[in-house]
Amino acid sequence: MKYPKDGKFGEFGGKYIPETLVPAIEELEENYLKFKDNKDFKKELDYYLKQYAGRPTPLYYAKNLSEKCGGAKIYLKREDLLHGGAHKINNTLGQALLAKKMNKKRIIAETGAGQHGVATAMACAVLGMKSEVYMGYKDTIRQKLNVYRMNMLGAKVHPVKSGSKTLKDAINEAIRDWITNVESTYYLLGSAVGPHPYPVMVRDFQSVIGEEIKVQMKKISKTPDVVIACVGGGSNAIGTFYPLVDTNAEIIGVEAAGKGLKSKYHSATLSAGSKGVLHGMMTYLLQDDEGQITETYSISAGLDYPGVGPEHSYLKDTKRVKYHSATDAEVIDAFLMLTRTEGIIPALESAHAIAEAIKVAKKSKKSESIIVTLSGRGDKDVEEVQRYLSKHVKN
Amino acid sequence: MSRIREKFAELSAKKEKALIAYIMVGYPNENATISSVRGLVKGGADIIELGFPFSDPLADGPIIQNASMISLENGTKINRFFNIVKKIRRETDIPLILMTYTNILYHKGYPEFITEAKNAGIDGFILPDMSIEESKEYLASAKNMTDTIFLISPNTTKSRIEKIGKSSSGFLYLVAVYGTTGIKTGIQNYTLKAIKEVKKITSGKIPVGVGFGVSTPDDVKKYVKAGADAVIVGSAFLKLIEQTPQNKLELRIAAFTKSLKRQTIIT
Repeated sequence: MKYPKDGKFGEFGGKYIPETLVPAIEELEENYLKFKDNKDFKKELDYYLKQYAGRPTPLYYAKNLSEKCGGAKIYLKREDLLHGGAHKINNTLGQALLAKKMNKKRIIAETGAGQHGVATAMACAVLGMKSEVYMGYKDTIRQKLNVYRMNMLGAKVHPVKSGSKTLKDAINEAIRDWITNVESTYYLLGSAVGPHPYPVMVRDFQSVIGEEIKVQMKKISKTPDVVIACVGGGSNAIGTFYPLVDTNAEIIGVEAAGKGLKSKYHSATLSAGSKGVLHGMMTYLLQDDEGQITETYSISAGLDYPGVGPEHSYLKDTKRVKYHSATDAEVIDAFLMLTRTEGIIPALESAHAIAEAIKVAKKSKKSESIIVTLSGRGDKDVEEVQRYLSKHVKN
Repeated sequence: MSRIREKFAELSAKKEKALIAYIMVGYPNENATISSVRGLVKGGADIIELGFPFSDPLADGPIIQNASMISLENGTKINRFFNIVKKIRRETDIPLILMTYTNILYHKGYPEFITEAKNAGIDGFILPDMSIEESKEYLASAKNMTDTIFLISPNTTKSRIEKIGKSSSGFLYLVAVYGTTGIKTGIQNYTLKAIKEVKKITSGKIPVGVGFGVSTPDDVKKYVKAGADAVIVGSAFLKLIEQTPQNKLELRIAAFTKSLKRQTIIT
């Protein structure tokens, strides 16, 4: 859906927000519509994406990994090579520039794994703005390195101790801040979630991923057979999928199955959830039989979220995109396999997509091609992986 | 006329404004809820808002967040909540409003939830994350059943206030300050201005209540003087409940309520 006027993807999305935020959301939409196709704005954003963030990113043929799987050619869209180490900078540069045009002096953001927080801190540093980042207390511990990075970049990190102390609570707290400081503050949301126009705006800023893939595939003279990306809130996935939904490619989003979908310990919202309202949107949610949001689990903090972007809910229900999941164990295997065959350490989030690619590749023909968005690099995760290995692997 | 509007009519005849009290059901336990309600009625509260906890109360400050969490941990469920409402209904005719978040109603189904609430004795709903744009099914389900109380904010535009006013029944809830529930900012000039403005726009078609950060008799007095038809006190009651031993709860709540209610009588 190009630009859903009422913010609806089928029945999903919309604006379920406290009234205090309505003028802010309206102001945001008005400005986004004004600038999104503005020549000067696009030129400026393009400049930062190229010269500062390092776009375009390569579409790398992972020969060793492909041969090891023995099937289709696996191509990696290398968002991990971007400045900051993840796709998040595509969106933060776009939104921070927009905030600047709107004369907003104070930027707030939420973060799960810390990648969006770091990307926000970077964009704000380079554009001369102040940023404050809400991060679940649990995540500040498991992604300590990113807390240090944000601090050094000049962002103020607020550990959130309410609720489950992860990404969903960081979003709650950011929204509460926004309600309180609505006139001065720009809320720079990091995923394709929240009230309209965020899901569509974040998708548009992330669509540079899929647009580049389209061009790069032409050089290989082929449209991809399968396209794969990981889904938490779903920003790298929607940025990858959206420009490719009109092609014949099979598209697969991969959620975090954690310790298994039958256990309580996963974050596979589309695979195991039901419809509901959270964080300003109607979408699939993980909730109990009374509509209380349940605690989620994933080895990757960035996927540890009980909701999902509304456009993904729509793509699931219309069956254009399949949503699968990968368990922690499969993710660690994929993480190690990519690291050792290609010398690329993926983020644990992205390793979910790699795990699916390995499964698909093993069952496919050599003439086929699979594109996987490698949304981020895994430096932040080596401690977590080490911890997992020492617990699960004897000797 | 709904029980809520009848109350406003009755107060208006007596030259009084409404005192609306909010408590979280099941905080810190069910007995405390019953004692609190008795105290509120005894102290002269005109309308009671009963909070049903939600896991992610994004419009609430720390006091109500904490109360929600404790209530959920104590096992507050929809059925138990309605049983408490029924118990309260056997003791009093005071208008009861259910305050919670949209997902609780959506998940059960708007018509099912609203019917059950009505049967238990609920007179109206407040859903802080329900916008008028998304309210079609909610309004249709509540029609001729319960009142639907929408919120407006000091930054809400005139045309929007008119629209929201049309979707609202019972009263219109003006959020006094920019922020979540329970924050202390003192009385702001922009709030007093907003009260006058909203009263002018709605021109007496619907009562206007002021809430968020209202905690003392002095606050009540100032908002009543500025023209509010009702004042809503929430977090201050929860704080009192937290600090008071169970056996003194009813008396202390009644005393505090009385001190607030006194300020709603126009002399």
